[in-house]
Amino acid sequence: MSSAAPSATSQVPDAAGRFGQFGGRYVPETLVKALEELTVEYEKSIRDQAFQTELAELWRDFVGRPSPLYHAKRLSETCGGAQIYFKREDTNHTGAHKINNTLGQCLLTMRMGKTRVIAETGAGQHGVATATACAHFGLPCVVYMGEEDIRRQSPNVFAMKLLGAEVRPVSTGSKTLRDAINEAMRDWMSSVETTHYILGSVVGPHPFPRIVRDYQSVIGSETIAQCQQKLGRLPNAVVACVGGGSNAAGMFYPFVDHTEVELIGVEAGGRSDKPGDHASPLTYGQPGVLHGSFSYVMQDEDGQTCDVHSMSAGLDYPGVGPEHSYWKDAGRVTYTSCQDGDAMKAFDACASSEGIMPALETAHAVAKAMELAAGRSKDEVIVVCLSGRGDKDAMEIARLKGVSYG
Amino acid sequence: MPAIPDLFAKLRTEKRKALMPFVTAGDPDLAFTARVLREVVGRGASMCEVGIPYSDPIADGPVIQASYTRALEKKIKLAAILEMLGDTCPDLGAPAVTMVSYAIIYRHGVEKYCDDVASRGVAGLIVPDLPLDESAGLAKIAGERGLSLIQLVTPTTPRERAVRICETSTGFVYYVSVAGITGERTELPPDLVDNVGWLRTQTDLPICIGFGVSKPEHVRLLSPVADGLIVGSAIVKRIAEAATRPQADVLKEVGDYVATLLAALR
Repeated sequence: MSSAAPSATSQVPDAAGRFGQFGGRYVPETLVKALEELTVEYEKSIRDQAFQTELAELWRDFVGRPSPLYHAKRLSETCGGAQIYFKREDTNHTGAHKINNTLGQCLLTMRMGKTRVIAETGAGQHGVATATACAHFGLPCVVYMGEEDIRRQSPNVFAMKLLGAEVRPVSTGSKTLRDAINEAMRDWMSSVETTHYILGSVVGPHPFPRIVRDYQSVIGSETIAQCQQKLGRLPNAVVACVGGGSNAAGMFYPFVDHTEVELIGVEAGGRSDKPGDHASPLTYGQPGVLHGSFSYVMQDEDGQTCDVHSMSAGLDYPGVGPEHSYWKDAGRVTYTSCQDGDAMKAFDACASSEGIMPALETAHAVAKAMELAAGRSKDEVIVVCLSGRGDKDAMEIARLKGVSYG
Repeated sequence: MPAIPDLFAKLRTEKRKALMPFVTAGDPDLAFTARVLREVVGRGASMCEVGIPYSDPIADGPVIQASYTRALEKKIKLAAILEMLGDTCPDLGAPAVTMVSYAIIYRHGVEKYCDDVASRGVAGLIVPDLPLDESAGLAKIAGERGLSLIQLVTPTTPRERAVRICETSTGFVYYVSVAGITGERTELPPDLVDNVGWLRTQTDLPICIGFGVSKPEHVRLLSPVADGLIVGSAIVKRIAEAATRPQADVLKEVGDYVATLLAALR
């Protein structure tokens, strides 16, 4: 971070969708009208008390919010330092934070008079959360998913189908999340007059990074209230994993103006720090354009998107949300990465000492929190966004460990 | 006068319309791309659109996507494409524009990209992922180098916005026939002729129609309201066979196909 870096503010994005220099709207003209309409309707919905009440009731009665803030005592003891708390987004209906956003965007879909929903998914958590919200409201739903992700997250594929969604396999490129977003965008190019695209992360063209952050900010807002209630103060540090970055954005955003709280984002370190072996654009990438916004990205010298790797499908993405790029350059959030092997060890530690199986994505954050806790005093508090549960990963973990499933 | 305005001034005087074939750079190799450009111009195409392969082209259908993937798998780099353009454009006999993602322009450097294509005789840019609201910077830099920045109007564009796009577009305005991605279509939208006819009353800028245009009957339907027509996937599909069949045969087929469209244009 340069000493001249501006300090981060929560008063972003601006009217053009800019978080500092990041964000914007780099999309074909065909989509501009729909993005404008979404921006206008979203603004109206913020001031619409009935809309906000409906969403709050859905979060409470359908999702089960607020999610607990849980003291992971045995894991903390294992680390021998700071106290680790989990913000239990894994206890939400559908098992992850993704449902916070999909319910809000389904309400926006109906508000705009649109009658069909499309979505992309990597780990399948956003796909399941979209299929669930669409089933709840009776909206037809198509989910695009890379073939590689269909293989490694098959339980979620079946769940989406049971919920009535159509899962369309994507066989182009790396057959992962990035390609699923491309295909969803192409569908939207042809269907934009009647269809809403429920993007699942804080990526893409304005206003998606803002809308998804706002809906996910319930995570950080609840965490602040729960810390005040349980501890009488804010935590010393907050840790979250970052793929596109939606759980991290939702957790961090309410803390941005609480500058005494340290914020740490954990990217997928994959197999090694060599290009192609990881999915850490904030750690190793540089600013560029991908999927409609200007943000850190893994690109070659010609601007072609690089192949990336993570064992976790939800982090296996070459880009990241523009607000994370803004927070990085402003020095408000520290971004680091965690390799596959370390995340797997954290998964095992969390499962055996706490009785909680985190998603492989989440395990990256748990690993960094454990490392951080070991070097801190017992009086300090570290909150981890436990963004999702690991049931979906059981078969893939068996394959990675070389043991039989069942 | 820059090449594209000059071309349309001449075509209007002669009461002729333009045909602009689209070719993916480097499919199956850059030498063949150069031969195709010379072939289509030799047959009477007024302009050429050279697609710069990109890894994540969200506005493109399966045919053009696949051509980009083939080129990128062969490690076709921007430096080599620029070299081919430099060897081809100056004596091509028709203006060439690059169709290029802003991801590539930004990474290369906006000024450097404009310098590099202008110095190689390229006449303009089509940047499919840079809408009006984000285009002011590139428009200025391109304009200073005599490059046309061709902007797009689509069926979803509100009319007031379409007028603003025509005010900032240079060279011509690209009217996208359908709300959707590139690719051949059997039928074009029924209101297309009326919508282009309305835009005609709002601007003196030449209007070229693209996306889905592939058949002589499309050409006959649209040429009365347009200044030019753009044909992409139908050509790229034919070129795709050049990797496995004698290139001379494929080249002739592409030329013959362009000739049938030109015949319908007259």
